[in-house]
Amino acid sequence: MSETILQVKNLNKFFQTKKGLLHAVDGVSFDLEIGNTLGVVGESGCGKSTLGRTIIRLIEPTGGEVYFEGKDITKLKGKALISFRKNIQMVFQDPFSSLDSRKTVAQIIAEPIRIHKLAKDKADLERQSLELMDTVGLAKRWYNTYPHQLDGGRRQRIGIARALALRPKILICDEPVSALDVSIQAQILNLLKDLQAERNLTCIFITHDLSVVYNFSDDIAVMYLGKLVEKAPAEELFRNPLHPYTRALLSAIPVPDLSRKKNRIILQGEVTSPINLPDECRFKKRCYECEETCGVAEPVLREVSPGHFVACFHCGSGA
Amino acid sequence: MAEELVLDIKDLVVRYDTDAGSVKAVNGINLKLRRKRSIGLVGETGAGKTTTALAILNLVPEPAGVIKNGSILVDGKNILAMSESELQKTRGKGVSMIFQDPMTALNPVFTVGEQIAESIRIHEGVSEKEAMRRAVEMLEIVGIAANRVNDYPHQLSGGMKQRVVIAIALACRAKLLIADEPTTALDVTIQAQVLELIRSYREKYDTAMLLITHDLGIVAESCDEVAVMYAGNIVEYGTLEDVFNQTKHPYTEGLFNSLPNIIERRSKLTPIPGMVPDPTELPEGCVFAERCAYATDECGKTVQADQWLSDTHMVRCSRYCEPDFNIIRRIKT
Repeated sequence: MSETILQVKNLNKFFQTKKGLLHAVDGVSFDLEIGNTLGVVGESGCGKSTLGRTIIRLIEPTGGEVYFEGKDITKLKGKALISFRKNIQMVFQDPFSSLDSRKTVAQIIAEPIRIHKLAKDKADLERQSLELMDTVGLAKRWYNTYPHQLDGGRRQRIGIARALALRPKILICDEPVSALDVSIQAQILNLLKDLQAERNLTCIFITHDLSVVYNFSDDIAVMYLGKLVEKAPAEELFRNPLHPYTRALLSAIPVPDLSRKKNRIILQGEVTSPINLPDECRFKKRCYECEETCGVAEPVLREVSPGHFVACFHCGSGA
Repeated sequence: MAEELVLDIKDLVVRYDTDAGSVKAVNGINLKLRRKRSIGLVGETGAGKTTTALAILNLVPEPAGVIKNGSILVDGKNILAMSESELQKTRGKGVSMIFQDPMTALNPVFTVGEQIAESIRIHEGVSEKEAMRRAVEMLEIVGIAANRVNDYPHQLSGGMKQRVVIAIALACRAKLLIADEPTTALDVTIQAQVLELIRSYREKYDTAMLLITHDLGIVAESCDEVAVMYAGNIVEYGTLEDVFNQTKHPYTEGLFNSLPNIIERRSKLTPIPGMVPDPTELPEGCVFAERCAYATDECGKTVQADQWLSDTHMVRCSRYCEPDFNIIRRIKT
């Protein structure tokens, strides 16, 4: 049995807007084991980034608990919170806006080490920074350059070096490669894979790109309007998707392979507003399989086969 | 050729003269597109895809951008030799373009109805009222309710804005549609809707399409032919079957190998080593030589020419002069 490192229980994040309550993350629960990767997929606005940020309390949750190594971190305050953040670090989406343009590469990477006082002296700080640059494949000669002098791939390497500086146990990657070209994307994904294997890192990998997530994750969770609608081991999810939304999502990926012609499910309409949601299935308005019962209550996530969870009244019910 | 050519680009060269030097954006490309057909122009950022598209409309931003050489025939007429008034007639009516980013392609101070009606009014010479009526019709064709006609762009979602951009491009039934990354800003389920919309429209009006994208999956599903662009060169060109299943150019091979593989899960990816060359200092010979696993010393010096391996399949790689040369791309089954 592997050990659970992170437990998210019924996590909520609501935003008060002029029009009403916006349900960004709504009752999300999952467990994550050491060394595993959970991929979180969904379309823009489904709450996947908010989920990532709420877990490390860059955004304060409205409700629910997050247990890191058995300790509830939603209650942490002050110094305890700062100290806890060492354990979970984040790689952000856009390497063009997530790096301070007035700091050099060296300063950006050294900042977390400085804040957490993990270097003995200046020489040690420099040694650690250079080591990190080496780990992520950045040549020494970039040490004193500014982010704008580098291309997207190198910038994302800085973002990764900064996230690794505190030797975190969990890395949350929020669309780490979506701003990059495919050939560079492959370099960064390989780097993340190597790092994960070397350091036994646990990862939460947030993305809208299903082929990337399939390649990278052990388990995949699909989000729709703030809710987890399906969660399963990656292969199971791709082979046997149950939720109508997951099936539509998978069928919509354009595959660069001429021999694989498939039946595409084209969803009607667009994602509905996450504000003031009625008590019914959130996917009902776009669902091609919905029945009257779907409008009566919200389906809950239940386990239909070992490790395969789905929130839909009609799927996996003994069939 | 029996079928009429809608687009015929010959030896096009485009430069941007900047303070940092002359950016060699497009370096001698040839491309032919027949009626009803569609070509996918693929490549990474900076490959020259958008510059090629802009050149077809004679919209390369001046003064930095200069078309140094070549001709572009749209429906038999050379775009590059046209007067401003002829160009205005051609843009929107002969060739129309779907721009990449729907958030910036629309004018925020006009309603979407007015923006669609504008091109109809200009090209068809109809009254304002008639143009508006047809604008409503176009909105419905792209799947937006008629009562949104007086909405401003900010009142619409990203997917709806892109539909409006498409409605504008399709309004005058141009023979040639240039779609520059039409779905890059959209979610996959919305992308599927938009691609389906373009497909059904083209079928109805026999529109030819040049689809610019970085996504080989979209090309596989929407195009008949593929042109792979790298550093301003079309390095490989052919039918889908040619390029996807009989890949010849090492760069195309590299692109395919970089993609996360849906079949072999968790396998390591094979990125292309190194980076795209600085477009102000391109090598004299092959532009891909320094990243290429098959390159010889000669490659960096030899000026590359189009080599036709069959009637439909072209590769710009001098190693194919050697009778036994071939790349070893494994086809995933």
